[in-house]
Amino acid sequence: MNILKFFTAGSVDDGKSTLIGRLLYDTDSILADQLEALQSSNRKNDDGTIDLAILTDGLRAEREQGITIDVAYKYFQTEKRKFIIADTPGHIQYTRNMVTGASTANLAIILIDARNSVVEQTIRHSYIVSLLGIKHVVVCINKMDMVDYSETVYNSIIEKYKVLAQQLKLEDVTYIPVSALKGDNVVQNSGNMEWYEGESLLHFLEQVDTDHLDRSQLARMPVQWVVRPQTDELHDYRGYAGRVLSGTFNLNDKVNVLPSGASSTIEKIEFFDEELDAAHAGESVIIHLKDDVDISRGDTIVNAAALPQESKLIEADLCWMDARALDTSIMYNIQHNSKVTKCKISEILHKVDINTLEKHAADEFKLNDIGRVIVKTADALAFDLYDDNRANGSAILVDSRTNLTVGALMFRAAVE
Amino acid sequence: MSTYNFDYLDELEAEAIHILREVAGQFEKPALLFSGGKDSITLVRLAEKAFRPGKFPFPLVHIDTGHNFEETITYRDKMVERIGEKLIIGSVQESIDQGKVVEQTGKNASRNALQTVTLLDTIAKHQFDACIGGARRDEEKARAKERIFSVRDEFGQWDPKRQRPELWNIYNGKIHKGENIRVFPISNWTELDVWNYIRREKIELPSIYFSHERDVITRNGQLMAASPFLNMDDEDVVFRKQVRFRTVGDMSCTAAVESEATLIDDIIAEISASKISERGARLDDKVSEAAMEDRKKGGYF
Ligand SMILES: Nc1nc2c(ncn2[C@@H]2O[C@H](COP(=O)(O)OP(=O)(O)O)[C@@H](O)[C@H]2O)c(=O)[nH]1
Ligand SMILES: [Mg+2]
Repeated sequence: MNILKFFTAGSVDDGKSTLIGRLLYDTDSILADQLEALQSSNRKNDDGTIDLAILTDGLRAEREQGITIDVAYKYFQTEKRKFIIADTPGHIQYTRNMVTGASTANLAIILIDARNSVVEQTIRHSYIVSLLGIKHVVVCINKMDMVDYSETVYNSIIEKYKVLAQQLKLEDVTYIPVSALKGDNVVQNSGNMEWYEGESLLHFLEQVDTDHLDRSQLARMPVQWVVRPQTDELHDYRGYAGRVLSGTFNLNDKVNVLPSGASSTIEKIEFFDEELDAAHAGESVIIHLKDDVDISRGDTIVNAAALPQESKLIEADLCWMDARALDTSIMYNIQHNSKVTKCKISEILHKVDINTLEKHAADEFKLNDIGRVIVKTADALAFDLYDDNRANGSAILVDSRTNLTVGALMFRAAVE
Repeated sequence: MSTYNFDYLDELEAEAIHILREVAGQFEKPALLFSGGKDSITLVRLAEKAFRPGKFPFPLVHIDTGHNFEETITYRDKMVERIGEKLIIGSVQESIDQGKVVEQTGKNASRNALQTVTLLDTIAKHQFDACIGGARRDEEKARAKERIFSVRDEFGQWDPKRQRPELWNIYNGKIHKGENIRVFPISNWTELDVWNYIRREKIELPSIYFSHERDVITRNGQLMAASPFLNMDDEDVVFRKQVRFRTVGDMSCTAAVESEATLIDDIIAEISASKISERGARLDDKVSEAAMEDRKKGGYF
């Protein structure tokens, strides 16, 4: 059994919270006392049935306003998988929350209200999915009960979406007609839509192959911590602790340590009381090298045969996440895995109108703006392109005045 | 390429270890808040996996309400001896004696709320800049929205509207003087995940997690261990019951559940079938739908 992380996107009232509530409810993931709280809540559907959306609308402000303003994480499992859901808000002013929810997801569910078809928000949400490099997309055409479960309506919507998917280069898109409120095709296949021959949403989620642990050749491990017991019996022990971002390290592999460029060979791989032959993407281990090289937190151990790029000038997509606009005249901290260095945004190449996907020149970047910039860093970063290696191709910007996380960066190219 | 078996528990474990090492790398004076409950016991195991054969780069901190299950304290002391790490105790009794907090009165009096003051005092005294805790997002709706690195001001307050975006696996631990960060490495674990992990790792637990016979009373529809810490009167009828506890907190507010589960397998079977979420066994959450959010804003863990 493995884990699938997905996030849901849709406009306000498309039914995201209801859909998640339905998934939890129909897989028996709601516990008795929560159910009791639901039943005694005075928020009810028009027909008096319990409102499943309350399950995810967690903060008081959200309950009062009846909307989702922050990412809520929900968990459920079936016999086949453990699921982690990020329920993200759809309003444009919460774009940054959606980017946050999307950043750890392997799959996106995009909701479309069958009555409204593809709308501006659908374009925006799909753009974020492509920007964040989410490989699998499920488009749920929701509220089918309100269009008489019509195949014609469904078909016209998916024809429209296919054009968008092509434009955004979304390769793996699955379409499912559902009613989150009534439960059609969410967990069980629906008797109301005999014309639909595909799977229910849950069934699809249970078997979709996400290969979310990168098995590429790009073996990378940022060093987080150097383990040095300095006891009598472990006097010379020096282990580099970190989590393998991508690829595989095997015993005796030739590796380089960046940024110094020192080369060595893997002598030993430890995991607590075990010695391993290999460390794979996703695993947190301790690596020992044959040579005595100077390594500290912020350095990256990489496969010598597949080196990352190294540059102080990087072209990147930026999503701005702070109320205070980007200031191209000041320095920010950039955090790339365990490495932190100073940087400036030296140039804004363009901004994207995320409702129309048009690019245009800009000289300012405000909350929720997305576009292409050049980042100039104090120390060179050892990175991969985001599309090749999400984990080593992303970074955050931190404003040293407020310590807030103000930007998300996806590396697109090293600037020569 | 070699194949490997990396299942959901391995992935949760690796994520938690990564988070613990980020704490070690990013902070000057971190601490691990140890309650004696299964979640913090799990954290200790994860810290062993993150830092051995080295020492933990942080002490354990226990906020002692003085209303403990004896079994928890016995367990704590044995465990600290086994792992050979430093334990710091913050005492709620001391806060009461110093007049910093006032003991609650009445039937539902509990020291649970007083803990917050002792915790904040302990943080200030030792100047901890990060406190690792065992909270999970599946426990409660407000927690479902909390970040893994969650900033608290010097009053310990959590502001849900000012949370930092937390992207990919990058954790921003930068803070101003006086602030600290609460870190939740097992955010993405469910109660069942924790139990499955404890079973897999063969981790020993305090005995109160398992079925035993005990004197109890009924309070607000729940079974409470009869103890000197509970304000009881003539209406309270003490009787013996086969019970166990699903969380380990202050004796005055931790409810027991009727159970015959004596082995971990029994507990896992019981939870899988059970329809009472874990926090349902804590009286203090029942107060209102927004109870947890309010307490978190006020600096409760
Ligand atoms: N008829 C119908 N109503 C739905 C369906 N899904 C959601 N709704 C209703 O649409 C409204 C908004 O749903 P909610 O889940 O809060 O939307 P969110 O803003 O995307 O989270 C609520 O009144 C739901 O009951 C559906 O499939 N059919
Ligand atoms: Mg919602």
